[in-house]
This record gives sequence, C-alpha cells and structure tokens, in this order.
Amino acid sequence: MTVLTPQGPLEGLDLHHGNLKLSAVALGRVSWIAPYPGTETALSHALQAACSMSFPGPGESRESTAGRILWSGRAQALLIGPQPSAAIEKCAAVVDQTDGWAAMRLTGYGAARALARLTPLDLRPSHFSRGRTARSLLGQVPGLIIANEDGFEILVMCSMAETARHEIENAMRSVAAREDIPKEPA
Amino acid sequence: MRLPNRGRIDRSVSLPFSFDGRLLTGHPGDTLASALLANGIRLMGRSFKYHRPRGVMTAGSEEPNALMEIGSGATMVPNVRATVQELYEGLEAHSQNHWPSLSADLLALNDLFAPFLGAGFYYKTFMWPRSFWERLYEPAIRHAAGLGRLTTDPDPARHEKAFAHCDLLVIGAGPAGLSAALVAGKAGADVILADESNEPGGRLLTEQEYVDGEPAARWVAATRARLAQMDNVRIMPRTTVTGAYDGGVYGAHERVSEHLAARPRDLPLDCFWRITTRAAVLATGAIERPIAFPENDRPGIMMAGALRSYVNRYGVSPGRKVALFAYNDDAHRTARDMQDAGMEVAGVIDPRSEPPEGDYPVFSEARVVATRGRHGLRQVQVQSKGGATSIAADVLAVSGGWNPSLHLSCHMGGRPQWNETIEAFVPRPGAVPGLVAAGAANGVYDTAGCLAEGKRAAGEALAILGVTAPDWVLPEAESDAGSGRTLWLVEGKGRAWLDFQNDVTTKDVKGAVQEGYDGVEYMKRYTTQGMAPDQGKNSNVNALAILADATGRSIAATGTTIYRPPYAPLPIGVLGAGAQSKGFAPERLTPSHAACLARGAPMVEAGLWYRPSYFPAPGETTWRESCDREVRMVRGAVGICDVSTLGKIELQGPDVGLFLDFVYANGFSKLKPGRVRYGIMLREDGHVMDDGTTARLSENHWVMTTTTAAAGQVMAHLEMVQQCFLPRARVRFTSTTDSWAQFAIAGPRALDVLNTVLDSPTSAERVPFMACGAVRVGGMEARLFRISFSGELAFELAVPTRVGASLWRLLLAQAEGFGGGPYGMEALNVLRIEKGFLTHAEMHGRTTAFDLGLQNMLSRRKDFIGKAASTRPGLRDEGREQLVGLVSRSRETGLSAGAHLFAADAAPERLNDQGYVTSSAWSPTLERHIALGFLRNGRARHGERLRLVDHLRGVDVNCEVCDPVFLDPEGGRMR
Amino acid sequence: MLIPCPLCGARELREFTPKGSAVTLHRPGEDAGPEVWHDYLHLRDNPAGPSRELWWHGAGCGAWLVVERNTLTHEVTGAHLAEEEAGP
Repeated sequence: MTVLTPQGPLEGLDLHHGNLKLSAVALGRVSWIAPYPGTETALSHALQAACSMSFPGPGESRESTAGRILWSGRAQALLIGPQPSAAIEKCAAVVDQTDGWAAMRLTGYGAARALARLTPLDLRPSHFSRGRTARSLLGQVPGLIIANEDGFEILVMCSMAETARHEIENAMRSVAAREDIPKEPA
Repeated sequence: MRLPNRGRIDRSVSLPFSFDGRLLTGHPGDTLASALLANGIRLMGRSFKYHRPRGVMTAGSEEPNALMEIGSGATMVPNVRATVQELYEGLEAHSQNHWPSLSADLLALNDLFAPFLGAGFYYKTFMWPRSFWERLYEPAIRHAAGLGRLTTDPDPARHEKAFAHCDLLVIGAGPAGLSAALVAGKAGADVILADESNEPGGRLLTEQEYVDGEPAARWVAATRARLAQMDNVRIMPRTTVTGAYDGGVYGAHERVSEHLAARPRDLPLDCFWRITTRAAVLATGAIERPIAFPENDRPGIMMAGALRSYVNRYGVSPGRKVALFAYNDDAHRTARDMQDAGMEVAGVIDPRSEPPEGDYPVFSEARVVATRGRHGLRQVQVQSKGGATSIAADVLAVSGGWNPSLHLSCHMGGRPQWNETIEAFVPRPGAVPGLVAAGAANGVYDTAGCLAEGKRAAGEALAILGVTAPDWVLPEAESDAGSGRTLWLVEGKGRAWLDFQNDVTTKDVKGAVQEGYDGVEYMKRYTTQGMAPDQGKNSNVNALAILADATGRSIAATGTTIYRPPYAPLPIGVLGAGAQSKGFAPERLTPSHAACLARGAPMVEAGLWYRPSYFPAPGETTWRESCDREVRMVRGAVGICDVSTLGKIELQGPDVGLFLDFVYANGFSKLKPGRVRYGIMLREDGHVMDDGTTARLSENHWVMTTTTAAAGQVMAHLEMVQQCFLPRARVRFTSTTDSWAQFAIAGPRALDVLNTVLDSPTSAERVPFMACGAVRVGGMEARLFRISFSGELAFELAVPTRVGASLWRLLLAQAEGFGGGPYGMEALNVLRIEKGFLTHAEMHGRTTAFDLGLQNMLSRRKDFIGKAASTRPGLRDEGREQLVGLVSRSRETGLSAGAHLFAADAAPERLNDQGYVTSSAWSPTLERHIALGFLRNGRARHGERLRLVDHLRGVDVNCEVCDPVFLDPEGGRMR
Repeated sequence: MLIPCPLCGARELREFTPKGSAVTLHRPGEDAGPEVWHDYLHLRDNPAGPSRELWWHGAGCGAWLVVERNTLTHEVTGAHLAEEEAGP
C-alpha cells in the first residue's frame, strides 16, 4: 500500500527574539461548524451534549475537557479537538479543516506590541481579554487571533503560514531591538 | 559659542561630528543646530531660489533654513532639519543647495538678478521658444534651484509601521499637554502622550520660569516621573503627530533611532503609528512669527523664543552682541535672559511708544529698516523716534507674536477662526470630532493659563469618555504672558522675506495681487508661498496679513489656505513600511513548492500563489523546449500538475442546489451525487465572472472549484448572494483550498499512474467522465474527480494537505515509470489553448456567455444572477466580437496575445479593427502557431484569412479563422 | 476610518471592501423589465449627506453590512447586517 508521510507547514517552529517566543501549535482535529438559519439552538444543545460547550457568540471561545470551540466569523466556529458528533452534523454544516489552518503561539513580554506591528486590532486587555477571538489581518495575511493568558494564538491559512511566520518574526525583531535602546535619564 | 553652567547638555561627554567635512564636537543633549552654533557656525545653508546665505531661525520642527543632508551613501537623508536632528557621535552633516561650496556659492548670482526673478518669472519668461524648455530651461533651473539631493541607491534602513489604541491622545508635552495627561492619567484613562522632542516639557525646558515654586524643568521631571508610574499612560518621545483622520485615527511619526550613533541591526530607523483614540487634546503650542523687515534673512537673525531655547536649553549663544526687535514683551524677556547669560544686549527695538525699560539701550517707536553682513549679521539699521541709528550686533532676535499650532484641527476640512484680541487664528472647536485644543495651541500663552487649559481640555475629553475628571490643584506658575501688538511688515528699501524656505518676499505677494491673484489660494500658487517642505509654518499668517493689506480686506475675511497632513515632512520609506517583500503581498505556497524548486522549476505568480512555469530537463536551454516536451508528454503518456491553487469551496445544506441554481447561469439542483458539472457564473450586469466545476459529493455536500485568480472574488460574491439575497436558505460554505492538496494526472496513461497510488484500483468505467467519489490513498480519505483541463483522459486526486508533498513525489516517480513526469503552467496553458478551454484571458470581464459561445448554458427555466441583464439585445448581437481560433499562416511567426485583427487588405488602424487576440501558443501537437481571440461575428467567419498586427511587439502576420477547439472537437480522448 | 461591525465591533477600514449603494439589496424580479433593471444596475443617487452603502467585512467576520455614512463629513453613523433587511 502507498505510504504517505505527513508534513506540517510550521513543523519545528520555535523562534526567540528578546523576551518573545513564537512556536508552532499542534491543534489536532479542526472542524468548521456552521449552523443553518434556525438551527442555532439545536446545535448548541448537540455541542453541549457531545463536548459540554455551547456555540460561542461573536468574539467568544469556550473550553471544556473535550476541547475548545472558537468563534471564527459570521455564523461559524472552529471546534478544536473532538470529532463532531452525528447530532452536530445533523444541525450544522461541518467541514474538516484540520489541514487548512496553521497555528502559532506568540508569548512573552511585549507580545501585544509585536502583534501591533501587523494587526489593526485593539489588543489592550480591556478590549481583547483572555479567551476572546477575532478575525483580522496580520499585515496582508488574514488570520484568526485568540488572546491567551500569556500571549496570543494565531491561526492562518496553511498556504500563507510561511509569510505569516516571516512577518511575525520581523515584528518580534523590531520589538526586541527596542528593548535595547538606551533609555533617557529620568 | 558655548555658555558656561547653562543648558540640558552633558558636558562630561564630547561627541565628535562633521559638517561639510569639518570635524567638530558637541555634547549629548545637543541638536545639530545647537552644536553648530556652539562651534561658531552661523551659515548653515543656501536659500532655494536666490542662494542667499542662511542660518538657523528656529529651534523646532518649523525650521525653514537649516536643512541638511545627514549621513552618506545609501543611508543619506536629505532635508533634515538641524533643529530636530539630535547629535550623536560620528554624525555626518552636509549643507545643501550650493555649488561649488557653501561659502562660495556661484549660484548666488541668482540673487543679483533678483529683480527679474520674482514670483511669476518662470511662467512668463521660459515660454518661448517652446523646444528650449525641456532641453535648456528646465535642466538649468533644476540645477540652480532645489533643496537636498536624493540618493538613487535602495533604502537600506528598516522602517516600521504599527497600530496603537487609547482613550485619549495628548498631542504635545508642554505645560498644557503635561497637565492634560496628568489629569486623564489620574482618571484612569488609557493615555498616549506624544511629543516631538527627545524629552517632554516643551517651552518649560527653555524658559527661566518657576512652576510650583521650583524651576520649571524640575517640575517637568517630577511630573514625568509621576506619569511614568501610571501603567495607563504611555509617553512617546520623538513622535510627531502628523495627521488627524476620520473616526479618531491619528497618524504619528516616531523617530526611533535617528539619534543613535550605533543602530542595532533590527532596530527600525522610524515608525509610522496609526493611533486610534476616542478623544484627543491638541497641546501643540505655538510658533513664533517673524517680522517682514528689509533684509530679514541674514544668518544671525532668529526668532526670540528660539534664541532663549539655545541659551537656556542648549547652553549656547549664536553671537556676542544681541539686538532684539519685537512689538511685545517677549523681546524684553529675551534681553533679560541674554544679559543673565553674560551677553551684551546692544539694543531693544520696539515700535511701541512706551516699551518696558531695562538695563540696556531701548529704542521706542523704532523699527529695523535694514541689516548688514554678507555671510552673517554685523549691523542693524534702526529708524526710531530719535532718528536713524546703526547698531553693531551679530544676533538679532525677532518676535512678531505667536501663531497657535492649530494645523491638526484643520485636517478634516475645518477652517480656523480669527481671534481679534490676540490677532491670531485659533482652532475652531469641533473641527475634528473629539479633538480639544488647549494652551498656546488655543491662543493662551502664559504658563499658568496653559496648565489650566490642559486641565480643562482633559476634563472635556474625559466627558467624551464618560469619565469624571479627578480633583487636581493647579500648580502656581507665571500668569503674565506680557502685552504685545502685532507688526507684520516694515516698509523700506530691500527685500523682506516671508517664506524663507521658498524665497517668497512681501513684494511677491503684492505682485500677485497686482496680477489679479488676490484670493488666498491664488496667491499661494502664484508665489509658491507655503509650498516648501515646511509648508509655511512660520510664514503663512504673515503672508495672509500682507495679502489682506494689499487687497484692503481684513485677515479674517482673507481666510487661510487649507492645512493638510502631514504636519511635518514624512519620509516616503516610513509610509511604505511593512510593504516590502512578503509584506507587499503574501506568498501562497503549494504542497509541491519545495519539490518544484528542487527540480529547478522557475516559479511564476498566479494571484498570490507561486506555481512552476516549467521543469527543465537536462540539455534543455529554453523554456519552449521544456514546454513542448511537457505538452507532448501529456498527449503521449502522462503528466502530473499541482492544481491545489484552484479555489475550492465546500457547500453543505439542503438548499445548496437552490443556491447554486441562483449563482450559476446553468442548472445544478438536478445534478446527481457522484457527478461533476461545468458551470459559468455571471455578474449581475450579464457578463461572465468565472467558470469552474462543481461536484456533488453526496445529497447535501458539494465542492465548487473556481479559477485560481478569481477564488477570492467568487467567495465574496457567494457570501453576498447568500447574505443579501438568500439569507434564509439552509446553505453554508467555506473555503477548503488550503485543506486539500490536489493533483491533475493527465494523459493516456493517467489511469495506470492513478492505480499505483490508490488503495483499491479503479477503472475508467467505474469513474466515468465528469464523475467524482471518495477513494483511499495510503489509508487516508481522498477525493477523485474525473475532469480534464488538457483534453486528455485525466483525473484530479485530492488528499489532505499534510501528505500533499509526499503524494507529489510518489506520483512523479510513478509517472516517470510510464514515460511521464511533471508539467508546469506553460504546458498547461498550451494544452488548454489547443482545446479552446477558457481562462481569465478570455473571461476578462467584458465578455458575455454569447461572446464565448456558451449562450446555450443560460438557463431559461430559473432566475439567476445576471439573467435579466444577459438578455439585453446588445449583449447578444451577432456583430459582437465572438470567440474564435486563429492559426498562423506562417510556421516561423507566432501570434501574439494583445494583437489586433484586420481584414487581409485593410490598413492596421483603429477604424478597421475587427477583434483581438487573448491567448497564443506554439502547438507542438499541431505543429502550428495557434491563438484564441475575439472577432466580430467570428463564428460565421471560420476559414476567413485575416491580418494580425501587434504594433507593440512588431508582429504583422496573416492567419486563418477557425473553431476555437483545435484538437479532438468531439472530446473522445478525455471521455 | 472605523466601521462598527455589529459582530466584531469598531474595526479599521482596511478590513472592509465597499460595494456601493445599498439599493443592491432590492433586486428586481427577472421579469421586471429593462427599465427597472437599468435603474437597478446603473443609476445611482449621489447624495451629499447621509448615505446607505453595502460593505463586506472580508478580512474580518465575512459579514455583508449596510453602513450608514455621511458623505460630507465621512462620519459613520451606524451599521447592521445586510441579511437583516434582505429578501426572502
């Protein structure tokens, strides 16, 4: 039988600049879930039964022992981890997008400042607190950004992962270099 | 000349630097301007037009004269204001606009011809003869006029852009800005305090004043320390807010490392910020006005406030004997500070009859009527109540009053308003929503007033945020701004400059009025007043006053020109920051990318994607050799092509059929599961938008493919149709382009190759033409489509992206076993042209289904996007240009895309135009040059001979019209 | 310029694509006749003041919006989902 070797877009990514760190995230199974008009409540019940989570509202995410679900745009979310149950598939469109997205985690002091080189999002904790998700741009690359306790998780389309990595690393270098500027005498 | 015991410079450290090749030294805390003055250098540049010797006039970003080239080679930056450039070790500065040197500038000859060179001179003089303009006049004028030179090398500097968000942006950190930031910071608002200088304080750093009972600079340090303690306050030094835009967005230019001798590799030179804020305080201070008196432009003549800056902040004096000319008490404050610093005050010249007295000669009812000194001021001629006097002085400080720096308040189209009491324009409240002016920018000049203004403005801004302002007792400070009047002009012999940077004099403005250019915008354009890089910061209002006087109108009635962003000059590099290399456009890479590179395939861009052009085999030296081989390989054996770039949109739901019926021109709802159908989409205006195939995987599960280039456009279109026209339809879709690696396997041996990789072999009968289904490859779920873009027996096999690279290698190895291999975009294009298949070269946005010969696909049984418009008679007129095939009559001369078609005996002119060519190729299969194109009434003209002319490429060849399908019109090979 | 997306909140202009007047939402029937279709496809008011436009939040949540904007001041006074006022 044919033997196929899997290879991810960001395999082995582990970059450090100053206090900042960019690493690849293995998400596991990613399922795109979109309720049809009128099936939102049924979907929430099915999700609750299968994964102990309700369908997230705009900009929200939910987490349980089964996995996570991230709002990813108008009438859609990404279920991270579990295989969607038959009940979920009955009341929503479900597409396996495991191979479509590449995920990175940007952590460390100044992570928001690095990301602010690329995205017009308001990243202040008061406006983008832990667990919030947002669709926006990283430079010219569309992405999904999630606020974590120690930084951000960034999902981009697999084919643009290399460009996104390049852009984020560039921003990390700038921010790290600023840490070294001689400070004014107070 | 350096003054002892004064200034905010660190005398323990010496910084060597050079000016026009001379080695000099300065200290940390110096600007280039203050360091030059400390070294006794007053002549810093030549004027734009007359090449007059010029020295520094100001101590801020409004500086018109002291423009320098900084650095050398590729990193050289021209037109840097010496008043803004901080000194660093090894700084290399060059003066500008002279030939051969600054002190012996032969182009100063222009000055002798000044009577002929006034405003309007060029318009009138260089009109005739016409041919002289490009060959003689313009090169000569360009050589003589101008500012700094540009380097033609690529910019090696690292520029950056960034976004910031806050509740309140405070623009300027003088007394008003510091006070506003302190109040808003105490209230808990997110504050950004942006200031142009290297440290906050504004004029509190340059005046000998007390705030809260201590020297002002000490209060600044304490306030700065308090602000630094607040997590919600961010101080941005060296940051000029350059523009106010819609929705509370401000642009700001931060000079990150221009002041550093050693710049770490990753540190940006500068950063352009887009700051989004809910409210802003305009605390930008005021700019001092010059007075237009005869010969007011010699080095040594400078603004009174600037002189105090040099003496008090930088500990430097531009000369030993100082004269002062002002119509207000400021001059007297300058005199006190100069005396305090040990300089001789040679005289205070005041037009008032009873100016304040001092321990120095005071001339009342007096004016400066002339000055002397070739490369720097030596003497000031005074006309006073007591008669004509001549004062020996090497510095003349001038103050004609102050203009609030209100520019940002006008960036959204609002005009400032004239305040008769202070004889100045002030910001119009509400001109920029959410922007509140405070302090000197609002026409309040005394320090106590500025502190109070900052507090008031912060209160107003906090009210916008819905936050109550905290209590804060204002510190005590100087509350007397001094009295004063305005003096715009001293009449007399000799030129009086208004715009120093563009060499505009009072005479030019009066001349404009005489010529009929008496409106403010006309005067500006006729004289170029305010059109230099400094945008007339210290001269526009003076010019308005002269214009008002010359036209007999009031200044308020004369009005101002429009202030536009940027407030201060911005390097182009920082505006383009982030838009180089991958930042210009993302690079989308296919699963086979690395393998294609390894085979030496040159990559071409297709939208954002990179695709292999061809795969050179050993011994092949041209792309045509490789392309021809690949075409023959597909027609004769088998070829593999990565088609992952084609847009894939997965649709689910009970109403997908209904939805597709509406977006496609042809019907889809009756397509059976396991089948694929070709479809065309129209725009609502009846023209073809895109084509592609859609497969019905199961009852409620479909996959649409779009062309690579139109994938984004189609996705936006589908979203619009669904949300705007069918919001209740039970259909959901998402792009899965990135989830699947998809490879075309095409050629007579395609099935053989396919069966080597499938877990269970299949047959052409089980997967008939236009069928689809689930298969397994290496134990993984995969999708098989029997579709063909080459006209051969062909399959497209899709596997999850992560195993795409692996499958590509495997398919190539298998194909090579059957005499095949990979093929690139060039071969793909030849294969499809031979079959008359369409791309966006043909579906270019102006063609209809009728033009493309697809009119029978337009369904009559249902409504669809573009249906009504596509039935317009004009869009299906027989005389329209219709898709045809073209074959060159010559075996040597190819047909070229972009060429136009003419009757064989007609002249190749627009009036005889019959059509055009969209795609062309050498067909190795037919061994002819072939092309696709559009020809008037073309379907009825097969067999006709035409002349094909491409004026751009010099092609002129005869060709024959034929059916657009050159090969296997019945489609037997692919079925 | 910021557009208040009902799903995402105020977002920067670069995330959006304009599509022109919101009259696009009111698509005539296929038999409405050439005059009505001509009007729908080609004739647009050019208001100096309040306007209603269709925008796509393509680099954000993907929603099509009706954005109310004053063409004289560029002030954006509101935005709602196009599907809320769309047809059947």
